Amino acid sequence: MAHWVAGLALLLTLGASTIARAQERELPVSEVAPGIFVHGGVTALMTRENDGGIANIGFVVGDSAVAVIDSGGSVREGRQLLAAIKRHTDKPIRYVINTHAHPDHSFGNAAFVKDGTSFVGHKRLPRALTARGQFYLDGFRRTMGDALIDEVRIIAPTVLVEDTLKLDLGGRTLALKAWPAAHSDNDLTVLDERTSTLFAGDLVFLNHIPVVDGSLKGWLRALDALAAIPAQRVVPGHGAVSEWPAALADERRYLETLAADVRALVASGKPITAAAERAAASERPRWQLFDDYNARNATAAFSELEWE
Amino acid sequence: MGVAVSYSGAAHKDLATMLRHRVRLLTIASALCVASLLSITLGTSAAPAAEAYDPWPGLVQDIFNNRPMNDGNDVIGIEMPTRAEDAAIVPVTLRTKLSPGDSRRITAITLVIDENPAPMAAKFTLGPDANVTEISTRVRVNNYTNVHAVAELSDGKLYMAKTYVKASGGCSAPAGKNVEEANSRLGQMRYRQFAKPEQGPATTTREAQIMIGHPNNSGLQMDQVTQLYIPAFFINQLQLWQGDSPVLAMEGGISISEDPNIRFTFVSNGAKQIRAEARDTDGHVFQHEWKVDNPGT
Repeated sequence: MAHWVAGLALLLTLGASTIARAQERELPVSEVAPGIFVHGGVTALMTRENDGGIANIGFVVGDSAVAVIDSGGSVREGRQLLAAIKRHTDKPIRYVINTHAHPDHSFGNAAFVKDGTSFVGHKRLPRALTARGQFYLDGFRRTMGDALIDEVRIIAPTVLVEDTLKLDLGGRTLALKAWPAAHSDNDLTVLDERTSTLFAGDLVFLNHIPVVDGSLKGWLRALDALAAIPAQRVVPGHGAVSEWPAALADERRYLETLAADVRALVASGKPITAAAERAAASERPRWQLFDDYNARNATAAFSELEWE
Repeated sequence: MGVAVSYSGAAHKDLATMLRHRVRLLTIASALCVASLLSITLGTSAAPAAEAYDPWPGLVQDIFNNRPMNDGNDVIGIEMPTRAEDAAIVPVTLRTKLSPGDSRRITAITLVIDENPAPMAAKFTLGPDANVTEISTRVRVNNYTNVHAVAELSDGKLYMAKTYVKASGGCSAPAGKNVEEANSRLGQMRYRQFAKPEQGPATTTREAQIMIGHPNNSGLQMDQVTQLYIPAFFINQLQLWQGDSPVLAMEGGISISEDPNIRFTFVSNGAKQIRAEARDTDGHVFQHEWKVDNPGT
């Protein structure tokens, strides 16, 4: 009896997931410029309930091919993005570009594995995936559950960007740039030259508190070079599609405040725990998820700036 | 925990009780493991293994050779944030709690992060004449975990205190953030002595910090693409002296964060130099010496 019930349950489960895959719902996307489609992630932590869909992800349609820019926070979200792409175009997906290693931008990669599709990333992306992949799988299993995490594969890029690289989608060129350590040590930006739309990955945050997982000093240094990019609009890693470079103002203020506060704590001989409690506290009302990330930003910043 | 044993109890009887208890714990643990395997097979969600199985009794056996573990709440304090904000940099402070009149002294403190891949994080040996009362460092924390501080006293007994840390969420990871920078700092050492404004110039108590530039890779991350482990490369020995008198030493170090940083208090013996020697798992030896402006009387 027990076996029979378990068997039936298994059949039902398999059946349900097969149907779900065949009829994967489409991720809502908006066309922010001709041929540029963006899905806005929710400002939240990755959970079972939101399918890990917290980052902005999108795709660019050229005359002969499509490029996906970030694959989402789960294979389920990746499949839903794929379904959205199929509805808008029948051109092949030639590139999947990961703006960096974080799971909300890359856990959906497995949905796009196919002959003729190349994964593209910063030259340091493979190393970051190597060092962090298993930890991310274990950690997000806790908050996202087995069903979403079991099918995630860590897929390293085969096309690496050393400095800059241009990708041709047919009558449409994407200019990729690999950055020195800033938000992470493997940040990549993508500029669509035709519409002057910049996919900034997590080098740009709006609304969602910026997260420092590379180098605070490097990020501050990158801001001027970012601002000089001739774009009209930015698709940030988190937050609304916005005018460029005005979109950088809030992030710059936060990062500068964080650096100034942490430097003052280091100078006065305070321990690292004081940074978690006090640094950038004035920024608290201005950001969502402040309590989830500010203490860790301050901790990371302290361990970096104490070497100055 | 249940393995705490009173200070004055007859050692043999306590050991027997503890062993019985351990066997019981292991039996329960095995039963739970079987249960979770079964539930995985049946496709229902199992409680995370970390919650079902307590590795501490096994760690007492492996790290401390099953020596009796006394309640250390009056001997040693361990402070960590409830949640690991950054998995790669979790501050930990160890504080001695022996009263000044106690004839015993702490000779060593072992830090154990139960659920880390290599739980024995580091062992600190306290210089006999340095009167180190506080040690702060930073560790990598992989999981939800108990963290134990085990003090060995001059009477040869072990005293244990513990705390619990929740793993970080988000994109934080125990791996390095900026590998190039960490490599470029390899072997750099800095020493800083902090002013203690609340203490007059006559005091000989000092608060100081040693920093060593090093990636300090634990070697326990598996490459998901090649299925190979990334090689270990960390500082596994550090010694500090004032003049020729040992202040503090650290062995192990596998879970210590990148750029090992140890902040500590000690009593100055008047020596004009602080000296440090560190060795890493590749056999590099880093040495440095600093003149102390105000060494004390």
